[in-house]
Amino acid sequence: MGTALDVRVKRAGKVYRDGEILSGVVVITSKDTVQHQGISLTMEGSVNLQLSAKNVGVFEAFCNTAKPIQIINSTIEMVKPGKLPSGKTEIPFEFPLQMKGNKVLYETYHGVFVNIQYTLRCDMRRSLLAKDLTKTCEFIVHSLSQKGNLLPSPVDFTITPETLQNVKERASLPKFLIRGHLNSTNCVITQPLTGELVVESAEAAVKSIELQLVRVETCGCAEGYARDATEIQNIQIADGDVCRGLPIPIHMVFPRLFTCPTLETTNFKVEFEVNIVVLLHDDHLITENFPLKLCRM
Amino acid sequence: YFLRHARSRNYVSESEVCKLESVPLDFGDYHPLKPITVTESKTKKMNRKGSTSSTSSSSSSSVMDPLSSVLDGTDPLSLFAAAADPVTAAPPTDGARRKRDKDESSAVGSDFEPWSSKRGEILARYTTTEKLSINLYMGSEKGKATTTGSAVSEKVRTRLEELDDLEEGSQKELLNLTQQDYMNRIEELNQSLKDAWSSDQKVKALKIVIQCSKLLSDTTVIQFYPSKFVLITDILDTFGKLVYERILSMCVDNRVSLPDNFSPESVNDTAKETCLNWFFKIASIRELIPRFYVEAAILKCNKFLSKTGISECLPRLTSMIRGIGDPLVAVYARAYLCRVGMEVAPQLKESLNKNFFDFLLTFKQIHGDTVQNQLVVQCVEIPLYLTLYSPAIDWILQCIAYHAPDVLLTEMMERCKKLGNNALLLNSVMSAFRAEFIAARSMDFIGMIKECDESGFPKHLLFRSLGLNLALADPPENDRLQILNEAWKVITKLKNPQDYINCAEVWVEYTCRHFTKREVNTVLADVIKHMTPDRAFEDAYPQLQSIIQKVITYIYDFALLFSVEKFLPFLDMFQKESVRVEVCKCIMESFIKHQQESTKDPVILNALLHICKTMHDSVNALTLEDEKRTLAALINGFIKMVSFGRDFEQQLSFYVEARSMFCNLEPVLVQLIHSVNQLAMETRRVMKGNHSRKTTAFVRACVAFCFITIPSLSSIFTRLNLYLHSGQVALANQCLSQADAFFKAAVSLVPEVPKMISVDGKMRPSDAFLLEFLCNFFSTLLVVPDHPEQGVLFLVRGLLNVIQDYTWEDNSDDKVRIYTNVLHLLSAMTQEAYIYHVDKVDSNDSLYGGDSKFLAEINKLSETVVSQILDHLKTLGKEETLKRQSQLALYFFNSILAHGDLRNNRLNQLSVNLWNLAQKHGFADTKTMVKTLEYIKRRSKQPEMSHFTDLALRLPLQSRT
Repeated sequence: MGTALDVRVKRAGKVYRDGEILSGVVVITSKDTVQHQGISLTMEGSVNLQLSAKNVGVFEAFCNTAKPIQIINSTIEMVKPGKLPSGKTEIPFEFPLQMKGNKVLYETYHGVFVNIQYTLRCDMRRSLLAKDLTKTCEFIVHSLSQKGNLLPSPVDFTITPETLQNVKERASLPKFLIRGHLNSTNCVITQPLTGELVVESAEAAVKSIELQLVRVETCGCAEGYARDATEIQNIQIADGDVCRGLPIPIHMVFPRLFTCPTLETTNFKVEFEVNIVVLLHDDHLITENFPLKLCRM
Repeated sequence: YFLRHARSRNYVSESEVCKLESVPLDFGDYHPLKPITVTESKTKKMNRKGSTSSTSSSSSSSVMDPLSSVLDGTDPLSLFAAAADPVTAAPPTDGARRKRDKDESSAVGSDFEPWSSKRGEILARYTTTEKLSINLYMGSEKGKATTTGSAVSEKVRTRLEELDDLEEGSQKELLNLTQQDYMNRIEELNQSLKDAWSSDQKVKALKIVIQCSKLLSDTTVIQFYPSKFVLITDILDTFGKLVYERILSMCVDNRVSLPDNFSPESVNDTAKETCLNWFFKIASIRELIPRFYVEAAILKCNKFLSKTGISECLPRLTSMIRGIGDPLVAVYARAYLCRVGMEVAPQLKESLNKNFFDFLLTFKQIHGDTVQNQLVVQCVEIPLYLTLYSPAIDWILQCIAYHAPDVLLTEMMERCKKLGNNALLLNSVMSAFRAEFIAARSMDFIGMIKECDESGFPKHLLFRSLGLNLALADPPENDRLQILNEAWKVITKLKNPQDYINCAEVWVEYTCRHFTKREVNTVLADVIKHMTPDRAFEDAYPQLQSIIQKVITYIYDFALLFSVEKFLPFLDMFQKESVRVEVCKCIMESFIKHQQESTKDPVILNALLHICKTMHDSVNALTLEDEKRTLAALINGFIKMVSFGRDFEQQLSFYVEARSMFCNLEPVLVQLIHSVNQLAMETRRVMKGNHSRKTTAFVRACVAFCFITIPSLSSIFTRLNLYLHSGQVALANQCLSQADAFFKAAVSLVPEVPKMISVDGKMRPSDAFLLEFLCNFFSTLLVVPDHPEQGVLFLVRGLLNVIQDYTWEDNSDDKVRIYTNVLHLLSAMTQEAYIYHVDKVDSNDSLYGGDSKFLAEINKLSETVVSQILDHLKTLGKEETLKRQSQLALYFFNSILAHGDLRNNRLNQLSVNLWNLAQKHGFADTKTMVKTLEYIKRRSKQPEMSHFTDLALRLPLQSRT
């Protein structure tokens, strides 16, 4: 009857790194004594790959069934079969978060086609009459600071009708000059993306200027690969017809979970880009793309 | 059948005995009028001896003034204060918390005008009659980010999400709202925010806040924007407070909450994580304006994360505003940031300045195409549009100017000047900077105003702002006249009466402050000239009223005031009665407050009579009692200040005129009667009691005035007391027949006294008042000589008959108490020389000279009265009235003791019987009885009082068992 199982890790942010010890408690609350066939705790980490719809046709035979890639998996038996007293029982546990060999502990990441997830699962096996109880709890892995110093790579940019590609009728474009810079395209994931942007002139009124953060996920296998770019978030930095010649700050915080340090493995890649999107009042949409390299320091 | 013998008294010697005993009163420390200082923990015992012993007799040795004995000990109020103190001193945790809150908010000094005071002003000023709309789209903002891996295409997924949102029923578009509807809706949102928060739906709360702040990017119905800003930032403030308090409550470890200036290290991880979560969530808000506002709203929460958090955030948020294209939206965003900044970190001045400079940089946008096109669409004129900026700019500048050095202010001014010396900016500078700063540079400002680029911002507002500063601070001496001339030159040219009066109102104060009546007169004349055509004054009563108020604040010498020729014509502009009366009241209040000496200046009298008459004439059947009282008090104050010195005739004719003018206000009539009585007494004093033929006639005129005025009053006790009082005055002035008439009128009025009267709006029994009046009346009757044509003691008999016939309350002993008092009067009347006399009036003692017929008459009367009393005592023999019987018996006993000659056996026996009766049923207060007996014993030691020894022996004390 009201037996509840809960897994709690010690850190409020649930963030752990390679080499650290993951500790916490399993909490069992029950009104009555609990008969069980053993309680075990499993730590799992895996990469799930999925193919986007447009690629399914081509690769489905080979890749859509791509099995999750296991990163880490270990189980410990916490309690041998027996009885637990009524009330609240807390069983502490510790898991060393250590990779064997030269395997890498990828950072937690939730994307569309690539998902890297770590969970703690507690199982309480019980007799035939009662259902087994299971509780999972996600914890977050941050990779270690990357060795080697990160060189800032500032980018200056100028956008005019002439610099644009993919323009159908260049003549119909209103004249404009937008200048700016990103302080660095090599970004520390915990620090915001910063820079400045100046609308020096624009014939048409500006409607909005946005920063679009895009992930580029590549899933590949021997037969080929699929590359998909999807939007993570869109941050408006200017609303309305902004003052000409006045620098507007570019500032974007990288969202947690949905971004990770740029990742490149044999089977998949996760990369990030930022688009500066300028929307003019006559519905012209101007986009300037910048690949980013994210890392964790 | 009981013969009453009055004890003969020698008043002179008795009073000497009393005087001797009254010496010990120590006036060194206590003066009855000295203000009572509340002191705690007095250990002195209350000295009440005097008041208890005074029960024995009224004319006995009651040495202690009961009032002073009250003043002596600890007064009950200070006792309460002492008792209440420990309660406030004990610090309940709750109180400490409140105190802390207070401290936090007072990080900025109290001299900083808080936002809350601006709030109402803005809401009142920026209104609209246009229809408003609220568009709330409660869709999931972060929906796109939370997608889990699914193979469905982007498009399909967003569509599904939209469907989900619609299912929530959360998209609302409310169109065609009136302003009031709109405000109600916003208030509803505020409430639902609180509800969502308290029901732990934090995400919903955040969505509400985001949607609300989104409304701030909407500038349709632009004239309402400032008010909208006020309403919505209220919600943001609520939200900011909720988040802050929530995180603060998470920091409570072991029930110990964080100290005021906690450091981020002392914040636990859970709280930090929650706080971080909020910031991450807000950082992912798509749209700029909501992201800015919500982050600004929880700016304070940075304190949990790092010491430098706020100082890093403020500049970032400041530059973030640069992304807001609409200059009006941007400037209000800046105002909000400054407001939050001042509250959270007032020491960070840099961001404030940065905000203003950024604003200056974007200033040219106001006249850009985008804005202009918008105004055309909305049919809003430029001058109106520009005034929409004022509250925000004023606020920003006020924050900057707060405790800022003059150097900074000068720099700000220069910067504004450089920017085309714009009127809008100049106006805000004048309303936000310190008045002293502005006043010292008034001439510069006038120069700037003159040459500034108007660009649509009305210049009269500039002069108004300057005037407001000059009302607070003085410009340099030499510039004063020139400033007035320059300013008035512009003001007088204003065509629109509203614009004109708004300016003039402000500048009148400056004029009154620094110049003479000549200039004030000119200014008033100018106002009249502008406001009279087309009855423009009708729309400007508040301003005109404020002008009057300012004039009388500065010119309170009324002779001077009324010599300002245009003052009275100015008053004529108040043609709406309610306003007119208000103004009259103000003037009269000022007169009463400032007029030190009484006056007979005909200019003042005429003007004030006119003003008072206006007030009086406003009274009608619907006027509230309170209002009447106020008006009457003001008029009375005036009447009291009028004096023609020795010209008594003139004075009387003034009173006569006043009576005819103010006949509807009873308190004024009462005042007039008192004044006339006073006048009569004054005449008597001047003539040293010997009236000439002329003064006799005058005094009679005074008396006649009173006699015919009193009947017009409605309150019966007022009439009774005035009859008595005026009778006394007539008597004092040797108008015997007039005095008789007063007293007769009083006697014949007594039967009309109702059982219940209304006191302060409540019905109260009247007996206490009647008793008091009658006692007073008896005291007067002692000295009233008998009328030669009427019988002996005509008035006393008349009064007794009236008392006899008066229907007394069934269960009250008032009648007997009065009879006992009549006995006192009668005993006093039998004395050879009366205790007091009226100068130059022969009382009955000298009229009859102790004639035996007269004494016999008194004895007969006494006997009747005594038998009445005894009859009454008998009727009290029932179980439930025994206590009253005992009290009355003792009361009567005391009277006999004081006034009766106890050497008379029958009287002696009567007193013994009364003594026993008082104790018979155990209702007597033993203490009182013991005291009384002690008194008798003490008296027996005095000469000629030896018979008291025997009496004391015959009075047994009943011990209560």
